[in-house]
Amino acid sequence: MSLPLTPSQTVGPFLAIGLPWPDGPFVVPEGTPGAITITGRVLDGAGEPVPDALIETWQAAPDGSFAHPDDPRGPGAAWQPGAGGFRGFGRCPTDQDGRYRIITLRPGALPGPGGGTEAPHLDVSVFARGLLDRVVTRIYLPDEHVANAADPVLAAIAPDDRRATLLAVAEPGAGPAAFRFDIRLQGGRETVFFDV
Amino acid sequence: MTTDVPAAPGELILPSYRRPAGVHPPLDSPAYRSSLLRAPKRPPVLLRQGLTEVTGPLLGAERVTAADADLTARGGGEPIGERIILTGRVLDSGGRPVPDTLIEIWQANAAGRYAHGIDDHDAPLDPNFGGAGRCMTDSEGRYRFITIKPGAYPWKNHRNAWRPAHVHFSLFGRAFTQRLITQMYFPGDPLFAQDPVYNSVPDPRARERMVARFDLGITQPEWALGYQWDIVLRGRAATAFEPEEGEERR
Repeated sequence: MSLPLTPSQTVGPFLAIGLPWPDGPFVVPEGTPGAITITGRVLDGAGEPVPDALIETWQAAPDGSFAHPDDPRGPGAAWQPGAGGFRGFGRCPTDQDGRYRIITLRPGALPGPGGGTEAPHLDVSVFARGLLDRVVTRIYLPDEHVANAADPVLAAIAPDDRRATLLAVAEPGAGPAAFRFDIRLQGGRETVFFDV
Repeated sequence: MTTDVPAAPGELILPSYRRPAGVHPPLDSPAYRSSLLRAPKRPPVLLRQGLTEVTGPLLGAERVTAADADLTARGGGEPIGERIILTGRVLDSGGRPVPDTLIEIWQANAAGRYAHGIDDHDAPLDPNFGGAGRCMTDSEGRYRFITIKPGAYPWKNHRNAWRPAHVHFSLFGRAFTQRLITQMYFPGDPLFAQDPVYNSVPDPRARERMVARFDLGITQPEWALGYQWDIVLRGRAATAFEPEEGEERR
């Protein structure tokens, strides 16, 4: 049996009616020990902020596990009830400056498909007016030097300047737990987007 | 992109999801003017699906109540408009139901006005209609909403541009690869022909899959008109080792 798929359509300008959750940005509750903050802006091809986008993130727990039947290794400690409320999933609409914010734990490294190890990363979906389908990217952390150097996804992207669009940067003066990840939908420094 | 090789001993065996082809709208659809500065210009990089992609958030039940599926009961009184029942199933392309998955919807009111501060269409707001709903699919992938039929509304994409009546649907499925946000339309809408969003889907048959079917069997006498609409998300390839080149293309 094979059914044809339902096509995608844009979220339009009024997604804020249906999609934001008050706790959406909090993959873990604010103040959780070890929490990191990822903030950034979504920018269009003219460098202008996109104030009507929605960012969603999905990631492994710090031990690299997922609470999902298709992770054969089983969920790790962070997913257990009473362990602090790690959800793996974050969702944040952009504000008037195109800015979003996600509060989460550092994801762990993962066994990659076909062998090898994937560096810690978050998968990201971007929805917005003007996008007829979501676009997907990944956030890698800039201080994971060894893991990033061995990551098969990063290694396959050339040249280096495009690879850099997948790396968050340390937020200047904000300590070791604050990162910035801007998403450029278009233009000279267009973010690398993936066909998943 | 690495090539497929047989799994090494100890390697994880993961499902994989077929890649859609020719179904979704091209991001670069200039007739839809909002895409001009927002659609990426570079082709996406093919990502081999790994753990992050074949898993996904299995959530929602804890944040949904039965009342969330009735958009007509969220205000102090009955909203104005044509009361409708929207129901159907969420399936994957293998025909399997997608159970226990969160569906979120939002829409304009019967006059074609969204309850949102930036909607400046000169049509009345309805104090009894917010326009947002959600529910979980049941064990057979079924969902059911009660709402009012949204109105068409003008927008500024081109001269005399009007959006056909539609309801926005957001679906998670069971894996990151299955995530889908789309719009459900109503049958026979005369505005389809001039709508660049509806027509951004290249295949006319695929466009029709966004249109609900009026169903007298779902319609409740003296109360509400019934519409039926099934949603199909990406399904799994037959085996974890099926090479992508051999996947079915649609």
